[in-house]
Amino acid sequence: MDTLSPPLALEIRGLVKRFDRPAVDDLDLAVRVGEFYALLGPNGAGKTTTLRMVTGLLPPDGGAISVFGIDALAAPVAAKRIMAWISDEPMIYDKLTPLEYLAFIAGLWQIDAGVAERRAQTLLGWLGLEGAAHQRCEGFSKGMKQKVALAGALVHEPKLLILDEPLTGLDAASARQVKTVLRERVAAGGTVIMTTHILEVAERMADRIGIIAHGRLIAEGSLAALGAQAGNGDASLEEVFLALVSQQEERAS
Amino acid sequence: MMASGSVLWFARHEIGLAWREALSLMTARGRRRWPAVALGLATAAAAFHLAAFFAVGRYADLGRDPDAAALLAITGGLLLAWSLMLSQAMEWATRALYARGDLDLLLSSPTDPRRLFAVRIAAMTIGLVAMAALIALPFVDVLVASGGWRWLGVYGAVACVAMSAAAVGTAATVALFRAIGAKRTRLVAQIVAAIIGAVFVILLQLAAIVETGTLSRLAWLTSAPALALAPARDSLFWWPARAALGDTVPLAALLIASALMLAIVLRALAGPLAAAAREAAGAAMSPPATRRHDGRFRRRSPGGALRAKEWTLLRRDPWLLSQTLMQLLYLVPSAVLLWRSFGDGTGALILLVPVLIMAAGQLGGGLAWLAVSGEDAPDLVATAPVAPRRVLIAKVEAVLGGIALIFAPFVAALAFASAEAAVIVAAGVALAAGTATVIQLWFRQQAKRSHFRRRQTSSRIATIVEAFSSTSWAATGALAASGTWFAAITGVMALAVLGAARLIAPARG
Repeated sequence: MDTLSPPLALEIRGLVKRFDRPAVDDLDLAVRVGEFYALLGPNGAGKTTTLRMVTGLLPPDGGAISVFGIDALAAPVAAKRIMAWISDEPMIYDKLTPLEYLAFIAGLWQIDAGVAERRAQTLLGWLGLEGAAHQRCEGFSKGMKQKVALAGALVHEPKLLILDEPLTGLDAASARQVKTVLRERVAAGGTVIMTTHILEVAERMADRIGIIAHGRLIAEGSLAALGAQAGNGDASLEEVFLALVSQQEERAS
Repeated sequence: MMASGSVLWFARHEIGLAWREALSLMTARGRRRWPAVALGLATAAAAFHLAAFFAVGRYADLGRDPDAAALLAITGGLLLAWSLMLSQAMEWATRALYARGDLDLLLSSPTDPRRLFAVRIAAMTIGLVAMAALIALPFVDVLVASGGWRWLGVYGAVACVAMSAAAVGTAATVALFRAIGAKRTRLVAQIVAAIIGAVFVILLQLAAIVETGTLSRLAWLTSAPALALAPARDSLFWWPARAALGDTVPLAALLIASALMLAIVLRALAGPLAAAAREAAGAAMSPPATRRHDGRFRRRSPGGALRAKEWTLLRRDPWLLSQTLMQLLYLVPSAVLLWRSFGDGTGALILLVPVLIMAAGQLGGGLAWLAVSGEDAPDLVATAPVAPRRVLIAKVEAVLGGIALIFAPFVAALAFASAEAAVIVAAGVALAAGTATVIQLWFRQQAKRSHFRRRQTSSRIATIVEAFSSTSWAATGALAASGTWFAAITGVMALAVLGAARLIAPARG
């Protein structure tokens, strides 16, 4: 590896996954440490499949995945120790309270009980969940459940946070809280990779944006770089995204 | 053409849904499974008719005015059916109130919710009648074939039992809702339903143990002490039994009375049920708070965290709790028999061995399904830095730890009466629960915990294998306790069942 190049939080090479058709097709992707990376693409483009392979939820058919230099396919447990995954459907237990949920995660990630408890209290405070800390999650709204899941992802302080459509179904206030927490995470040196269909969020929050279609990365860079690639430097992300995807569709057909 | 939103329109909607549900349960959602389903049903029908012939064939010649022992046995059977149907009716009525499904859609539509609930109670009654008639079918067939058409009266008696059970079950659920409120009714109603379903059998068994020192319920119903308690032959108490025997007047009177009872409940309680359903929806939005120390952070290994999570989730699930409680209730007569047998030598204790082993196998299978397949946050556990094998081991430990906790007192008590029986039960419980857990591991399929009810239809092979395995271990335990070497044969059979399960289990990458 080139010693002058910035360290990578995630490096994907030649990643392949086929179901009845190729879902991820020889994908190469690199995300730098401390970066907020937004992965965009139309429905069925392979975004979620890619991220599920990175987090060890889906075995790839080929390729290599490296997380902070750890081979995630050869040493999945070591890679998982420094990652967290949040999907659009909150992964929580309805019969546990937020504090019990965080205590469970602290056990799974082997976090010192005292440290985990302090972090849990801080996170629940940040996310406005202090009043609900001892209530079971079964009556929570989607937004509250997603915030509990986010607290769960952050309680073990992952170096790499991967989020798949985390803002789906959230009200404006909850979405804002989640975005603030993610921004603070990046400011503190963490790395965030997020898929979203809300292009305005990607435009405002991401350092770099990757656009994926038919399982391949078709464009990558800052908004200005993407605009230049689409042939319109002043365009909004929405215009750039639609132009690049339709170009790819034309090429594919 | 029926008007939208009318009772008949709702009835057609409900029947359509129920029919599709029944079809999917029979075929496990496989469209091409009809030939196998038909073959299975025909085989089961033949087996049930054969069993019915041996069970009731000799009673076909019973006259319209039999002796008190026969009347008492028939009445006992009908009471047993009534208690089971009452339990089922309470569970269905509770589910109608709390399961949201299409309820939010229907309650937000501009139709009278009383019609919907009237139809749902009626549908529940039809379901009860159909279920009971299906169970009675082989027995009635045998009785009609050998004793004549008058035995069709059994169906009339079954309909009376179902209608009155539906009416009482619905009324009891509404009364409970009014008495203790929306937040607690779900838990209490499910536990009460489970207890009602078991209590009659248990009481009969307890009476049999006290009077005759056996677990035979029929033996007690036909015993002298039971007959001494029975009312006079011309009492109204015998009308249900006489209706089942084809006596026209009691049959007609009971049909009219139970239909009237149901009609009153439909008329009077459809409105309160609709109001309760709305209140129940509100209760779900404010779940119970937990004691402060429940959220305490402790130093735990990943396995410890997984075990603690499994036990907490099980403890807090009312439906699962009632199902578990139901299985434990059936152990009460065994406990009484154990207690009574302390001074009588160990002869009667042999009866306990298979009961305990069978219960452990069944309970182990259920708990293993919950821990292994019923994971509500599979992605969270899969993305944790814990090897999948370690996760499975922790879940198996949670199951077997629970089983050990439940059965240890029985084994300890048994050890005072017979050390040999205690060792056999301990080994049998461990083997039956362990085997059931292993079978669930081999046949695991990711599902929501709330789908526990469907676990037996999602993998019929696993259910059948699990039942065979528990039965084989129970038989092995009983034979070993009797001191016969035949235990080795059934033990080998149990291992063969396990081997066969391994061969037919789906391959895992």
